[in-house]
Amino acid sequence: MYDFAYHKPATIADAVKILSADPDARAIAGGQTLLPALKHRLNRPPAVVDLSGIAELRGVKRDGNKLTIGALTRHVDVANSPEVQAAIPALAKMAGSIGDIQVRNRGTMGGSVANNDPAADYPAAVLGLNATVVTDKRRIAADDFFQGMFTTALEPGELLVAVEFPIPEKAGYAKMRNPASRYVMAGVFVAKTAGGVRVVVNGAGPGVFRQSEMEKALTANWSADAVAGVKQSAEGLNGDIHGSAEYRAHLVTVMAKRAVAEAG
Amino acid sequence: MPQVTLTVNGKAHTVEVEGRTLLVELLREQLRLTGTHVGCDTSQCGACVVHVDGDSVKSCTLLAVQADGCKITTIEGLAKPDGTLHPMQEAFREYHALQCGFCTPGMVMSAIDLVKKHPAGLSEKEIREGLEGNLCRCTGYHNIVKAIAAAQDVMHGRRSELARAAE
Repeated sequence: MYDFAYHKPATIADAVKILSADPDARAIAGGQTLLPALKHRLNRPPAVVDLSGIAELRGVKRDGNKLTIGALTRHVDVANSPEVQAAIPALAKMAGSIGDIQVRNRGTMGGSVANNDPAADYPAAVLGLNATVVTDKRRIAADDFFQGMFTTALEPGELLVAVEFPIPEKAGYAKMRNPASRYVMAGVFVAKTAGGVRVVVNGAGPGVFRQSEMEKALTANWSADAVAGVKQSAEGLNGDIHGSAEYRAHLVTVMAKRAVAEAG
Repeated sequence: MPQVTLTVNGKAHTVEVEGRTLLVELLREQLRLTGTHVGCDTSQCGACVVHVDGDSVKSCTLLAVQADGCKITTIEGLAKPDGTLHPMQEAFREYHALQCGFCTPGMVMSAIDLVKKHPAGLSEKEIREGLEGNLCRCTGYHNIVKAIAAAQDVMHGRRSELARAAE
């Protein structure tokens, strides 16, 4: 790992100031993705801005029909939060399935969402639940936020502060993990929300995407049988030594059935 | 250079580090606590697991500066000063839960965190799932799981000592 200047600001404003002054500076939250990337020298930031001193970025708050989760909230805290478990059990369960215990003890929601790894779990939940990403400057709808592999609507120097999840009627998530790396080969997050049914696929493509045919099928008939007949096209999906695009396409239908069953 | 103040196994230390220094490097190279191992250095194998403020973490994936002000426990901090082993260490010995021993410090640290967070007890399946972040290249998982199952009863006070007649 190359060395860098280390900053630990105490406020969002100070963090944004440092990050805006140098577009190559990187924010670090749990560091479970950034540190492995720095070790591989995939990145050489002149400065690393540690967000852990900013208390207001942490925590879960229920406000009526909405759950607001601070960017720095760790996966273990979301998984164990009584508020999340009561309001959106699928979200708590998803957070409890990320990586392993040690990764969940450090990794944060904001880090996962801002990184937008195609095999990450959180982007599927954020898009599936039609959440709103809150930054230090604006509010971004999930549909506009995720823009493909490791790409989001965040501008240089813009800091993800929180995510607001509207509480759905029901939601479920199912994923097939790579048996060795445990990363998602194909996952599906389904939700029945006030704004309609949403079906989101992760792991299988270059980024999270909505599966509109399955959304239509589930709108007409909310049941695992309704999605069983919907085939995902293999075009544009990931193919590698772990599985072809066709295999992942097949998994999408299987995971969709399981996600609906999970949602109940 | 950044300065880090942290408590390791009950003893306070203030050390100068680089921004890029990993917690495991501080522990092994500066404090000479070499019981914490580096296996993969890519956050997968769990040989480097230590406790930071009571949570198990991979010390190869944490900057030393991120541990500033924290309480760290490593494998060296488990046994009592008179040499009495922690019940988890005792169980690993009793059940022969190690072959080459390289993964053992991380396994023991992960196992203690797992057991502490589940006071109602863990099934065999839950123990196996809880060890997802630790790899044993000797594939000696079977006895590791047995050791953890036995140690949890001692740790939670359901049994005063390990059942000597191992299954």
